Amino acid sequence: MTERLLTVRDLNVRYGKVEAVYRASLNVDRGTIVSVIGPNGAGKSTLLNALMGVLPSQGSVEFCGKDMGNVSIERRVAQGLCLVPETRELFAQMTVEDNLELGAFTRYRRGDKGIRQSLDKVYELFPRLQQRRTQIAGSLSGGERQMLALGRALMSQPTLLMLDEPSLGLAPLIVKEILHTISDLRSTGVSILLIEQNARAALQISDYGYVLENGEIALEGPSADLANNPRVIESYLGIGGDGTVSGNDAPQEKG
Amino acid sequence: MDLQTILILAQDGLTSGAIYVLIAVALILVFGITRVILIPHGEFVSFGALTLASLQVGVMPGTVWLLLILAGIASIMETVRLLSSGAGKELPGVLAVTLVPPLVIAALVKFCIPLHLPLGWQILLTMLIVTPLGPLVYRVAFRPLADATVLVLLIAAVAVHFVLVGLGLLFFGAEGVRTPPFSDVQLTFGTLNVSGQSLWVYAISFVFIALLAWFFSRTLYGKALRAVAFNRNGARLVGISPHLAGTFSFALAAAIGCLSGILIGPITTIYYDSGFLIGLKGFVGAIVGGMVSYPLAALGALMVGFLESYSSFWFSGYKDAIVFAVVIPILLWRSLSSVHYEEEE
Amino acid sequence: MIRRVGFILFLTLLAIVPLFSPYYITMGSYIGLYSIVALGLVLLTGVAGLTSFGQAAFMGVAAYTTAILTVNYDWSPWLSLIIALALTIAIAFILGAITLRMGGHYLPLATIAWGISLYFLFGTIPALGGSTGIPDITALQLFGMELRDEKVFYYLIWVVCLVALWVSTNLLDSREGRAIRALKGGVSMVESFGASGLRLKNIIFIYSAVLACLAGWLYAHMMLFVNPSPFGLGQGIEFLFMIVIGGPFSLWGAIAGSTVITLLKTVLQGILPKLIGQTGNFEIIVFGIMIVVVLQWMRGGIWSLVERLLPPKPNKPINDSSNLPQRIQPARGEPLLKVDTVTKAYGGLLAVKKMSFELFAGEIVGLIGPNGAGKSTMFNLISGELPRTAGNIYFGSENISGMRPPQIARRGLSRTFQHVRLIPGMTALENVMIGTYLRTNDGILAAGLRLNQAAEAQVRAEAARQLRRVGLEESMFVPAGNLSLGKQRIVEIARALCADPVLLLLDEPAAGLRHLEKQELARLLSDLRGEGLSVLVVEHDMEFLMNLVDRIVVMEFGEKLAEGLPKEIRSNPAVLEAYLGGV
Repeated sequence: MTERLLTVRDLNVRYGKVEAVYRASLNVDRGTIVSVIGPNGAGKSTLLNALMGVLPSQGSVEFCGKDMGNVSIERRVAQGLCLVPETRELFAQMTVEDNLELGAFTRYRRGDKGIRQSLDKVYELFPRLQQRRTQIAGSLSGGERQMLALGRALMSQPTLLMLDEPSLGLAPLIVKEILHTISDLRSTGVSILLIEQNARAALQISDYGYVLENGEIALEGPSADLANNPRVIESYLGIGGDGTVSGNDAPQEKG
Repeated sequence: MDLQTILILAQDGLTSGAIYVLIAVALILVFGITRVILIPHGEFVSFGALTLASLQVGVMPGTVWLLLILAGIASIMETVRLLSSGAGKELPGVLAVTLVPPLVIAALVKFCIPLHLPLGWQILLTMLIVTPLGPLVYRVAFRPLADATVLVLLIAAVAVHFVLVGLGLLFFGAEGVRTPPFSDVQLTFGTLNVSGQSLWVYAISFVFIALLAWFFSRTLYGKALRAVAFNRNGARLVGISPHLAGTFSFALAAAIGCLSGILIGPITTIYYDSGFLIGLKGFVGAIVGGMVSYPLAALGALMVGFLESYSSFWFSGYKDAIVFAVVIPILLWRSLSSVHYEEEE
Repeated sequence: MIRRVGFILFLTLLAIVPLFSPYYITMGSYIGLYSIVALGLVLLTGVAGLTSFGQAAFMGVAAYTTAILTVNYDWSPWLSLIIALALTIAIAFILGAITLRMGGHYLPLATIAWGISLYFLFGTIPALGGSTGIPDITALQLFGMELRDEKVFYYLIWVVCLVALWVSTNLLDSREGRAIRALKGGVSMVESFGASGLRLKNIIFIYSAVLACLAGWLYAHMMLFVNPSPFGLGQGIEFLFMIVIGGPFSLWGAIAGSTVITLLKTVLQGILPKLIGQTGNFEIIVFGIMIVVVLQWMRGGIWSLVERLLPPKPNKPINDSSNLPQRIQPARGEPLLKVDTVTKAYGGLLAVKKMSFELFAGEIVGLIGPNGAGKSTMFNLISGELPRTAGNIYFGSENISGMRPPQIARRGLSRTFQHVRLIPGMTALENVMIGTYLRTNDGILAAGLRLNQAAEAQVRAEAARQLRRVGLEESMFVPAGNLSLGKQRIVEIARALCADPVLLLLDEPAAGLRHLEKQELARLLSDLRGEGLSVLVVEHDMEFLMNLVDRIVVMEFGEKLAEGLPKEIRSNPAVLEAYLGGV
């Protein structure tokens, strides 16, 4: 019944001689939100960058039934994969509206006529961006930048949106707003692969979750189950306990 | 020095200054998008003038051979790249894009040479020959180095400059050329004579700059190019290919260089290696703009034009020495006035 | 052994070349001269990551200086050498001072411009003989003998070249040389050990100019005639081509490259015009193509192929103990670091807002907070990397706010980097040796002449001691790039310890480490505290800190959220909220 959107098998990513992601396998179904949680330096951002083709990797990545090996970032974008990286990568010297329009670049090349409507939709979603549409992106506040990054990504009408720490550095109220928006996107047909430090929030809005530690997937399961898993609670949902969910020295546990 | 002389020198300075502006703009464009400091830009300038001169006398310009050779090398490189990355089925399309236009252009030139077309058509033909050299040079020399440091790209640029100058000598010989002016009109304003060619230079430079300004600020493709210059990663993430942007920027640079060569051809004698110094003078302008600011670079390029013109009057032998020595105070000014970020590579 | 045999063979070849024919002598002399210039360019380009197209112009300055002084003013060539050197150093210093503060491409652009400018001046100034040049330059006198014989001059050139090679080798293997090699790891890394990046870049540029000056002076007295043509931009570019072809990362690459290019040029100048049927310097086409191919396929040049065939260099012996001077650590509990209402603004954005906290000697303090809370900014304000907008930072009783990283390093503050900054090609030991920069004071001259060996042995012993201290003795001679991330982080700590710090600043040392590695790191830090060292750790990983640190400072949105003992922080509701967030 559910359609597999993204299938990742045994993905390895190396930085020089350092193994940053090791044999990671995960799936995303159409219309779902999947979250990846884990400590700093576990390789979460590396994983997303490899899926987007920003970093070279070994293993198989299949998106919409097509093998993504050797496919450039630009082609992945054209095929409906979109990444909002932790660094946002906005065009700081250009206006908010230029940033948004550029988000639809691949659609424009295809001759898509609906770009104006998408722009209106993004403004509807983030009215603050409309107020600031002629302002330079570099002058926005942290929350507005995150909205712009999200808005720019939506302009490409992605099939799968990958978000790297959308709550990073934002005040709680704005975090709430952004996460709300993300969870609403699901109803518009966008599937989301979400990476978050804020494990509790991530598990709350997602359908399925993976725990990444030291570059390996240590645990996985429906988000509700993960949220109740004592080891996850201990390590990510509360402060305390004696260490990681399962380190190198502990037996692997796969949900 | 009387007013008359001042005005004549100003006219000269403005004429060459306008051409340096075009060159400076091209250099900043290419640097922003590809991080290549395009030392060989001057060769497009001399190729422009020399190609037009060849067409004038009804000889097949050597640049056509260069075009075909580069297209051949580029095709081989593309074949190797695509086959080794398992994308063999893209090969026919890529080869068609790489090989067909140069072949068509070569055939067109061969067909047109005996017709002795009017100047306007020959200029168009010249642009058609020289402009594709830009993307091909990018493909063959620079694209495989896309991840290299600015320094490595600079060394490669100098190497390409050597190759192109050597080939210029091979194809066109050591003789200089002077192409016919666009018009023989001499306008007189009071006591000042203004040549028609100067007016053409002003008008074409102005129109070209205006077109560029419109393109970069109003069209999505123009904005996409600017986006690549501002933030390469960000551009890739919205689906803009830096290779395509690089290809386009080199095409634009080659076109601008060729146009500059055609404009300057009737004013000064162009040899196979003249373009280098002309290009470097554009560089002085680009350096005034810190390799990023178009308006400052344009101002700097105009300044170079005037400086050259007036110093050729006062100390003719030292003209070039002065124009290039002025880089040092310019750099001092930039070093003291701007905020610096250490370049970490 | 093979290396030694190879070197002896090379010397023998040099010695017997003049026996064959005068033609070989001329070629050999040119190769030697160009090698001297290329040696400097290897240091500048391959080692320090800068470059210059103006080396031929520096040769020209020297050649014209000695020509004018000996012909017009009857000076001794040796005296004119001093003037030429002074002039070269002055010009290089001015060019460097102007351009080196800006991006790396401004130096080459400036050298192109001034190289052309100088070339035109040589050709136009009447006193310099215009394009015909200056003839009848005084011959060199050595031990009362006039050096007019080509063969004698050949040997003189190669003696100078070999001395330059020896001095350059020594220089690379010294305190300043290591710092120059480390420039590739980022200026901020070098500066955090007390060296000034700008000064190092200037030194290496001046050094390369001095070598070019020597070559120019030799050239003038070999030819006994100068004109502008050998000093143009084209020649300057050819020098750069020599090292790219030969190998920019090795001093021998300079000699290999100048040999190949010089010989090839002669051959091509003979063949090509005949082949093409017209005269002209067509060899530049071949050179240009070669450079592009080498850059695309073989960045290490010819010498990298040779290097692959040679056995690795033997490791130098290590003394058992070092007696570098050591700082007296402040008494436990004395105030060491005081951050007093410090603010950092980027435009309107406040990254750090009125932060205040203290650290006392002998403590480990943890600075924690969620991602993006401003911890790293705070860290960089303390280390001097970023200037603060308002407030003060005291180290001991001294106000260090406004100081640059080298000054702060001098006062006993040493740091590691969030993204490891080691030089991958240097061994762990060499990397750690960089840390001792401030503890010895050998200058360039002493290093070049190998008068620094006593201090070098000390430095090596100290670096080895620190590597043993952190438990990495067995990795001492492994290139840093081959170590795991965990070990690389520990190497960084050993490097910081080599600076003999009072306060160690660690930027997310546990990020990316595996569980066992974290435990080892915690044990190491705890041992260091036992030895009286004070540590400030910026960390995201709470677990790592909980059982390690004495006190914790929590940041959120650039402000201090809480401060206290680990167990107080653990139960602080505000901290819980910040870390867990809420939806």
